[in-house]
Amino acid sequence: MANVKGSSVCRTATDEGKPADWVPGGEKQTVVDPMKMFHELPREKLFITGSEAARESMRRANIDIAIAYPITPQSESMQQAGYLYDEGYIKEYYRAEEEIGTFSAISGASRAGVRSLTATSGPGLMRGMEAISSWPGARTPIIMLNMCRVINTPLAIQPDNIEMSFMLNTGILLLHAENQQDFYDYPLAAIMASEQVDVTLPAVVSVDGFFCTHARGPVEVTPEEYKLPPRDGWRSAVPAMDNENPPARISRDAPIQKSNFISYHMHSSWQQEVFAAVERSAKYFDKYLGGLIEVVNPDAEDFIIASGCAVSQAREAVRQEGEQGRTVGLVKVKSIRPFPTEQILDAVKGAKRILVPEFNQAGWLHKELCAVLYGRCNAVIKDGPRVFGGMTMPTEMVLEWLAEFRKEVK
Amino acid sequence: MSLETLRPSPAFADVLPIEYRDLVEHGPYNNRGGDQSKQTIKVTDMGKFKEVIEEHPMCAGCAMTLFIRLVYIGMPNPEHTIVVGTAGCGRLAISQASVPFIYGNYGDTNAVASGLKRGLEVRFPDQKKDVVVMAGDGGLIDIGFQGLMHSWFRKENFTTIMLDNEVYGNTGGQESGMTNQGKVLKMAPRGKFGEKVDALGLAKVAGVDYIARLAPTNPARVARTVRRAIMVAREVGHSYIQAYTSCNIEYSIPTPDVMKDAFEIEKERYGFEEIISPAAKAYLDEVEKKPKKKKSD
Repeated sequence: MANVKGSSVCRTATDEGKPADWVPGGEKQTVVDPMKMFHELPREKLFITGSEAARESMRRANIDIAIAYPITPQSESMQQAGYLYDEGYIKEYYRAEEEIGTFSAISGASRAGVRSLTATSGPGLMRGMEAISSWPGARTPIIMLNMCRVINTPLAIQPDNIEMSFMLNTGILLLHAENQQDFYDYPLAAIMASEQVDVTLPAVVSVDGFFCTHARGPVEVTPEEYKLPPRDGWRSAVPAMDNENPPARISRDAPIQKSNFISYHMHSSWQQEVFAAVERSAKYFDKYLGGLIEVVNPDAEDFIIASGCAVSQAREAVRQEGEQGRTVGLVKVKSIRPFPTEQILDAVKGAKRILVPEFNQAGWLHKELCAVLYGRCNAVIKDGPRVFGGMTMPTEMVLEWLAEFRKEVK
Repeated sequence: MSLETLRPSPAFADVLPIEYRDLVEHGPYNNRGGDQSKQTIKVTDMGKFKEVIEEHPMCAGCAMTLFIRLVYIGMPNPEHTIVVGTAGCGRLAISQASVPFIYGNYGDTNAVASGLKRGLEVRFPDQKKDVVVMAGDGGLIDIGFQGLMHSWFRKENFTTIMLDNEVYGNTGGQESGMTNQGKVLKMAPRGKFGEKVDALGLAKVAGVDYIARLAPTNPARVARTVRRAIMVAREVGHSYIQAYTSCNIEYSIPTPDVMKDAFEIEKERYGFEEIISPAAKAYLDEVEKKPKKKKSD
């Protein structure tokens, strides 16, 4: 609804029908130290969908502005963001025209120095990729929820996390949530890491669509009267574009727009700094998430390394192997960017076999692992099982692959 | 606030470069708050004061450059203004101004400006920040069309200025949506197929509150139009200015004849036109009311 002047922006809640004494939900909350929120506050156990977990996360995240374009399976979360806006937990919100518009607008919002949230799924991510890939270079802290779905033809809305591979080399911080609980916890951690001065980068929290977003699971949440500290627009690696600082040099200097050695040098050093900032974020994720990886059965010879939903399937396989008296190790990779190379190397130093199950056709996690473990680890790394296009990964499948693997590599 | 950023420490004032001191002491940053009765910078004084844009790599005789300089002079509050642009000739000059410039991706200007303006409203509820999109005809009507239209439909509180040189100048002279029908340019070897897009008509249908078309033939009028557009965007809704800023290279206009061409095109098909909504009219009448002269003066 537009305000009295016909403007969509310079409005008050009362212009839009709220009573004069309305107090936005966010103003009733108390700011709490992030570490206290992540590790100390009491938690209530709910049985909710991943989309609802995202809503509860957003409620406590002190979001200034949320902009999104609906796409299945993201839409349930972003309409929940609309309700949070209506309740006053998010200060500004609109449904954008499409994804290029969405991701451009959210970068504009972040440049204003406010906490900015968006979300998308598969084809939406691909549509907005030009804008997304420009976020890190612009040093815009943004939180994006990414509910993975098939991206290729024939069209499908089913879970498949191939889209994550397109973000690996952009300079974006990328977490992979295993379940509804992670989809509550990770966005809060990602926001705080992305806004650190020595990071100042966008962060994406990916989750496997439907399996997590539309299914219920146990989620332990902190009391809703507590929220994260607000974004401080003054603390940033590059100044916000608010004309409260001298203009940022990135867009002023002429050489960067020209073809000469100085421009090449400027661009390459800028990129180096972006990717160095990705690495610098590791210490924050380590603190907030209690480690970039989780290790089960560290002394095992057989290991499964997985991220996202594949971890849950692997967990059950590990349990069933245990019932049979066989110890299988598990490494859950929480953070894909920064990639926890040293932590994984340390975890699998005694491993003989490493199996990498994935919910995509390309096996991007397997490729990542091979690239960093090559020459530094004696284990044989096997890619599979891999399911995609919406298929599920039964535990039996993982068990069969493990049995086969043991026959192949004595 | 930027005025504060720019204000030199008294201890260093005498050793600062003259350009810096000029910008503080004689620049448009003193152009107070859109109150025309208090404007210290006048177009007729061009050359006597420090402009926020001076050096630029634009072609000799470029009409767009003159227009961009006038836009910066017309800004009611440059110290609280952010300009958003995209690829094209214009940004080569715009990026050299002492006003923050967001050089976004191709055709993303009006989406970026939507998020930026709303973010600034959230962060600075007590300080109006003006957001101005200044981009070319291709950047807005071709690749940026969807974002442009939807920012108009949403009545986003910022100003869009189209630098209409009727060609893709920066990429070497290809026809654009704003090129006239039949014009032979690169990628239109048999002449432009369709008609020039009626962007003014689209703006009218979309409900843009202040719409203006002009050529840079009357500098004072350009500055006044820019000021009006920004003031309307600040308080009423969206505003759109479409300016004829010829490309003397791709249209082979001899450098000394650039202004002659501007006058001719203005007379032929680019005359000054303002389309103002009733709400914007009421607001402009209010802010432009001249203060009564005191008899005792």
